[in-house]
Formats: sequence, structure tokens, C-alpha cells
Amino acid sequence: MTARMDAAPRDASGDALLICKLLAADPKRLGGVALASGPGPGRDAFLTCYKYFTQDQTPLITVPAHVSIDRLEGGLDIPATLARGKPTKSLGLMATAENGAMLLLSAERLSADKAARIALAMEEHHRAHFGLIACDESRDEDESLPAILSERMAFRINPDQGIAALKVEGTLPKNLSQSADAVTLPEKIETALAETALMLGIPSPRALIFAFRVTKLHAALHNRKSVTEEDAAIAAQLVFAHRATQMPVEESASEDQPEEQNTETQPESSDPDSDTGGALADRVLDAVRAHLPEGLLAKLDASAFTRHGKSGQGAKAAKAGKTRGRPLGARRGDPRSGARLDLVETLRVAAPWQTLRRRTQPNRTGVLVHKDDFRVRRFKESRETTAIFVVDASGSSAIRRLAEAKGAVELILADCYVRRDRVAVIAFRSKSAEILLHPTRSLQRAKRSLAELPGGGGTPLTAAIEATLTLAEQVKRSGGVPLAVFLTDGRANITRDGTPDKARALSESEGAAKALRASGVKSLVIDLSDRPEGAAKTLATALAGLYLPLPHAESHTISNHVGAAMKSAGASR
Amino acid sequence: MTSRFPFSAIAGQDEMKRALLLTAVDPMIGGLLAFGDRGTGKSTAVRALAALLPEMKAIEGCPYHCDPASTQAQCEACRNKTKPKTKTMPIPVVDLPLGATEDRVVGALDLERALASGEKAFEPGLLAAANRGYLYVDEVNLLEDHIVDLLLDVAASGENVVEREGLSIRHPARFVLIGSGNPEEGELRPQLLDRFGLSVDVRTPTDVATWVEIARRRLAYEADPEAYAKQWASQDGELQRKLVAARKKVESVVLSDQILERAAALCLALQTDGLRGQLTLMRAARALTAFEGRKQVTLDDLKRMAGPALRHRLRRNPLDETGSQTRIDRALAELFG
Repeated sequence: MTARMDAAPRDASGDALLICKLLAADPKRLGGVALASGPGPGRDAFLTCYKYFTQDQTPLITVPAHVSIDRLEGGLDIPATLARGKPTKSLGLMATAENGAMLLLSAERLSADKAARIALAMEEHHRAHFGLIACDESRDEDESLPAILSERMAFRINPDQGIAALKVEGTLPKNLSQSADAVTLPEKIETALAETALMLGIPSPRALIFAFRVTKLHAALHNRKSVTEEDAAIAAQLVFAHRATQMPVEESASEDQPEEQNTETQPESSDPDSDTGGALADRVLDAVRAHLPEGLLAKLDASAFTRHGKSGQGAKAAKAGKTRGRPLGARRGDPRSGARLDLVETLRVAAPWQTLRRRTQPNRTGVLVHKDDFRVRRFKESRETTAIFVVDASGSSAIRRLAEAKGAVELILADCYVRRDRVAVIAFRSKSAEILLHPTRSLQRAKRSLAELPGGGGTPLTAAIEATLTLAEQVKRSGGVPLAVFLTDGRANITRDGTPDKARALSESEGAAKALRASGVKSLVIDLSDRPEGAAKTLATALAGLYLPLPHAESHTISNHVGAAMKSAGASR
Repeated sequence: MTSRFPFSAIAGQDEMKRALLLTAVDPMIGGLLAFGDRGTGKSTAVRALAALLPEMKAIEGCPYHCDPASTQAQCEACRNKTKPKTKTMPIPVVDLPLGATEDRVVGALDLERALASGEKAFEPGLLAAANRGYLYVDEVNLLEDHIVDLLLDVAASGENVVEREGLSIRHPARFVLIGSGNPEEGELRPQLLDRFGLSVDVRTPTDVATWVEIARRRLAYEADPEAYAKQWASQDGELQRKLVAARKKVESVVLSDQILERAAALCLALQTDGLRGQLTLMRAARALTAFEGRKQVTLDDLKRMAGPALRHRLRRNPLDETGSQTRIDRALAELFG
């Protein structure tokens, strides 16, 4: 079986070429591909290849991330309408891309509302009208394609890998999409693919729909009437590998499997067909295993967060204050971008020009309004506060006081729930600091992550402050106001590189604290030590933050202080 | 227009499908909140349901497609017409996308006509389009608060009042609100939760057979939507007949005093906020009885609907992780054994 699998070109350029062909044959039903790389020869080669295979039969429409919703959906063309004096419609980009594909540049920067419109259009009437080629140029962890789109695309590749070998030759068989519909898909292979998807922890059945489609297209591409094991392996590699959220568990380790795993693998074994089916699933799984992205295991811990982080983008969108908040007067703008038209202001601006304009357009009736006359209302909106809890879980202070700290944090969380603020939790112990919870409004998750807070070890305060700084910057970039709440005794004893050295650790942490202060993040230090006025006070001074010596911290007191600090942080912007 | 995915062909998700059907039997139940994972066929189900329902009669040319049979629920223009022309149309399903502007939702000054002819006219929004149909809000938990407030007001009053840009318009906007979202991405305010009649948790199925069935049916549908719809036509037709029959009968279903008392006792034991929970519970139990072709609501119906009707109304300590369903089950066991 391995021999058969090796027969197909199983390298990166082979994948890119195959994806090109499949997508060119059927862009709308495969949803598209995410190109995980910046602009470069890889992307260019991929696009050239795609265009070659479509032979310009289907459109490929380029869409930049800053595209306006009007342009996407089409609608009234205001400049043309004003110039001609009668309604002029423009065709949206999504309509032009019908049956073809849209090339989304810097797709990771696409705002949540635009992503939602595109996703909706792909869904409309349950027949996608176009596919996507989404360029994902994200570099940091905190940027990624909107989940709502990445879920609707079958593939994801890095086109820079093995691009030199990308050879374009031959043509696609005509009507590949239709002939793929006629290909039969044996039940054994269906089951094997579904088992593989479940074993890889793929969250949505949509992936399986794509995989089925790919097997059929691939079989049709090779003039087969029925899907073979090879088609299945390739489909699994292309569609499943980048979606995997867990490493497939070996049979022997079945006791360690999470619960839902057990429920789906166990009943299979009683099935008479399972011998062949299970073995086939294993072979498909093996094929995928080779394709799992490197470092998947390392990413898995974080994946629960990043996945939610990605999809949570909507929550932080539209902070521009176009529609609510305190009125700030009017200014020039386009009323269709979501802002509210200030009719009176618009007319006031247009009024003095009427005689002049009438002279140039004597045939028009009514008020002559030009595009520049439009005034839209502006509002000032207070921004969302994100409280970053930096919890000392080291042996020195915490362990003993941690229970109290947790209690306090929970109270604050309940407060945040009322105010609809977001919270994040960073814990530090032994050698490093770790983001336990990315900014979220979900209290249940905050609570869960705190309940699981481990304790003991050294106090890597420097690492903690630096992690806080990174997270605070992220919060700022997404339009929020970060506020750092340190719960510690401030007795740093682990240096930046993880070696125990008290003196150096203290001076390093002071430097880090100053950097955090310089970035303008407000902070609050809650001293957990038994004898206050010590290292924690020094930390607070370096941070220019509020210092709360609470030798016998009561949850309520802490909560009140944080509440007051958050209010002032929110109000000062 | 291409045929929609047949309702009967949606694999799994029985609780969601049943809840959707019940909102169709008795629209007064007041909408459905489907919280759960992505890609579980929520939006497919809503659209399929609308296609399943028999077409409705509407007054021609009316932007709110008013019902010719009921003058009470008509817009002003239609009320003044003596003999309006009517047409039949499918039940509307309107999507409210994330980031929809207030203008788009409530309607606004018609820029087109204002610019071209200097006329002050009203351009109906999504609420107008959804009148007498379904308003589907994906990621309802991520929606801007002011849009949510607006939806709530309209959903409760059945009327959209527009007072802006010199316009003063009111028009009927009665719709069944279907919301979906993933609670891990953000929670919904309790005020909003309470306004949804029923709530269901939608989970991705975890068994191989269902996954295979989902993908298989989808592919068959994509290959030839018309033929696929025909294949399921008899099942969908059967469901439609059941629905229509249930709609006629729902008002005559008997709710005995004993059942009413038990519903009240249950709500009291669970300390649900307000009366809305109890009302919904009774309406839902009645709709379920009618849908299953029976005449009298039984304790069993009550038990079955307790989850969807009350789950989201329990006063909740945000930090208490005990599932709502667990609390309901416990209360049911304590009260009724």
C-alpha cells in the first residue's frame, strides 16, 4: 500500500500543482485555498498556474483588504449618480467573480464584517458562487485569516515551498466538475475518511464534504470511474492535514484518549466491516501524518486559544465609533460606509453653491448635491478595557496566597462581566510566563484556566512582564485599552535566560517594568507578600503603577481597587 | 432559483430541527437560539425550513409583503387599499450579517431617490424584508449592542418605528428571530437571551456514520440540486402536511389545569426570571402536542420541552459551571419523579 501511495508525486510542488488543477476545475464548490505566504515568486507562480488551468474561462477578481462593502456587494455609485442626476448602479466585485474566484490580498486584515459578507455570499442558496484564493500574510500569532472564511476553503498551502519545480503543462479535461459528479465513492472509503477526520480532531463536517469532493475530482482527473485508496489519501492530505487539531492517538494509548475519541472508535470495532474499514482509515491516516505541519504538537496546546482567538475577531471589530457614543459633530464622509448621514449639515454645505451649480446644470430639478457635500455624524466611543491578570504562581509567594488571589480574580471577573470588559490571564512560575487565557469575554474559560493554575518553582518576573507587554501591545492594536494587574510579591529570582540569580533577576525585572511603563500601559500591583513595602513596592514604582499592599488581601477590597483603576483607564481615553 | 437543501435531508441535529419546526407551528413561541459549533448546518436548516413551509399570500407591491387576510397586521398603505392585488411568495429568510449598519437594518432615507429626484422616500431595511418570515442572525453574540437592542425592541413589538433623517415611518415587522453563535467567543446578555423563545445546543456530531451521511448528502445535493430535492420531496411533503395540520390544531390543544400548575411549579423551582419562560414552555409543549397529532398536553411533553424553553433563562452565576440542563433535569426529577 505504501508503494501505491508513493506513486503519486507527494512533495510540496506536487501539492501546489494539484490544488491548482482541482481549484481551476471547480472553484466554487471547493471554496478555495489559503496561500500562507507573503507576496513573492511562490504566490506568483501559483496564480500563473491557476490562470493557466482556468484558461481565462472563469474570472479571477483581485480584492484588496481595504475594499469597501459597497464595492464588494455593489450598489449605488454615488459619484456617477450625482454627475448624471439619475441613479447609477455599480456591479459588486462578488457578482463579477461569479463562477470564478476572488483573490483576497492580505486576507488576514479583512475586517469581520467584510469576511461575514463574503462568507454569506459563498453560502447563498447553498451553492457557492465563487471560490477564494486568500493570501494569508500573517506573521504573528495574533493575526490570522478570519475563521469564518478559512473554514469555507478546502485547502491551505505555503506556495513558497518547492516552487521551483512547479511545471505547467497539459490541460484539464473538459467538464471535470461534471464528470466528477458521476464518479462513485465506495462506502468503505467514505467511512475511512470520516474516521480519519474525527481522529485528527477536525471540528467541522464541512472538511469531510470537501474531502469527498476532492476524491471525486482527483479520480475524474485520472479518468477513473470510482474513487480509489490513492484518491482518498491525497484528499485527506490536502484537506485534513492543515485542519488537524490533535495528533491521532495510537491504538495502544486508547485509555489516554479524550472521552469523545472513545465513543467514536470503540463502536466501530464491533462492526463486521471494521477490519477493512479500520485498516483503510489507518492507511489514510498514515498518509496524512506525513503531511501534518511541523510543530503541530507544540501548537496544539495553544490551538484551543488561537482557534477561538481567530474567530473572536468580530468582537473587536468596528470600534471606529461611527454609530454610537457621544456625538462629536459632523464631518465630510461617505454615508454608506455605516456612518449616519447628517442631512441638515449636508444641505447647509450644499446651499451656497446652488446658484452656481444651477448654471452648469440648468435641466436638473431639486437641490444639487455633490459628493463632497456629504456630512456624516461622528461619535466618540469609549474603548473596551482588557484587564490582563499577571498571576505569580511561584513557590515564594503564591502557592500559599494563590487561593486568595484566585478568589479576588474571580470577583473581578464577575465585575468585568457586568461591564462587558475583557480579561486575559498570564501566569508565571519556575522558568517562564505563560498566557493561560487570551483576551476573552467568556468568564467560564477564565475561571477554568484559573482553576487549573499550577503552582510552585521560581519567580521569573522579567518573563512575566515581557509577556504582559506583548499582550498589551496586541490589545492596543485591536483597539482596546490594556490594564495590567500584577498579583505577586515582586521577589524575582529567575533571570531572563532562566537561571536562578536573585540580584540580576531583580535588576532585569526593573528594566522590563520600565519598558512596560514606557509603552503607556496602566498597571496595578497587588502585593501578596506577608511583609509589604518590599520588592513589590519597588516593582510598582518602576511601573509607575498603583501599589496595593494587601498583607491579608480580601477579595472584595482587591476587586474594588481594580474596578476603580479600570474605570479610570477607560475614562482617560 | 435553485432548489434549497431539503429539510428532511439534514442529518442529525434532531433537537434543533424539532425546535425549528415548533417555531413554525406557533410563531408566538418567539424564535430560536442555536448556540454551538461552526459548520453544523444551522443556516442550512433555517433556509430549508422556510422552503418547507407553504408559500404565503401577500399584497403585491408592498415592501413589507403584508398579509391580505389580516388588516390588523398590515402597513398603512395596504390598509387604505380597497381591493389590493395579491401574489404568492415563499416565506422570506433574511440574513443579518455581522457588521450590518443600523441603516441597513431599520431602513433609511432612500439615497437613490433623494439624490436623483430630491424626493424624501424611505428605503426599507432588513426588518421590512423579514416581515412574516425569518430573520437569521449568525454570530448573534458578536453583534454590536445597539443593533441587538434595536432587534429586541422590534421583535417584541412586531413593529418597526423609524424616526430619523426627517423620516417618520412605522411598518409591521413580525418575524421569527433565529440566532446562532459560539458561546466561547463571547456571551449574550441575559436580556437578549430571555427574548429568544427556545434555545438549543448544537454540537458537531461525533460518530462516523453521521459525518459520512452529512457529506454524502451534501455532495449529492451539489451535483444536482433539483433532482436531489425531488428525491426528498415526499418526505418534505409529509413534513409539510404535518406542519400545516399542526398549525390548524395548535389553538385547540387542551392544556389542563394540572399541567399548567406543574409548569408553574417547575419555573418556580428553577427561579426563572419573569413569566416569559413559563409562557414559552406552555406554548412549546402545546406546539409539540399538536405537531405529534395529539390533543392533550401530557407531563411528558412538558418534560421534553423544559430544556429548550428554560435552559437559557436560569438565573446564572457566571462562575457556576453546573450546566443548565443538569439543573433542569434535577428539578424535573425532584418535582415529578
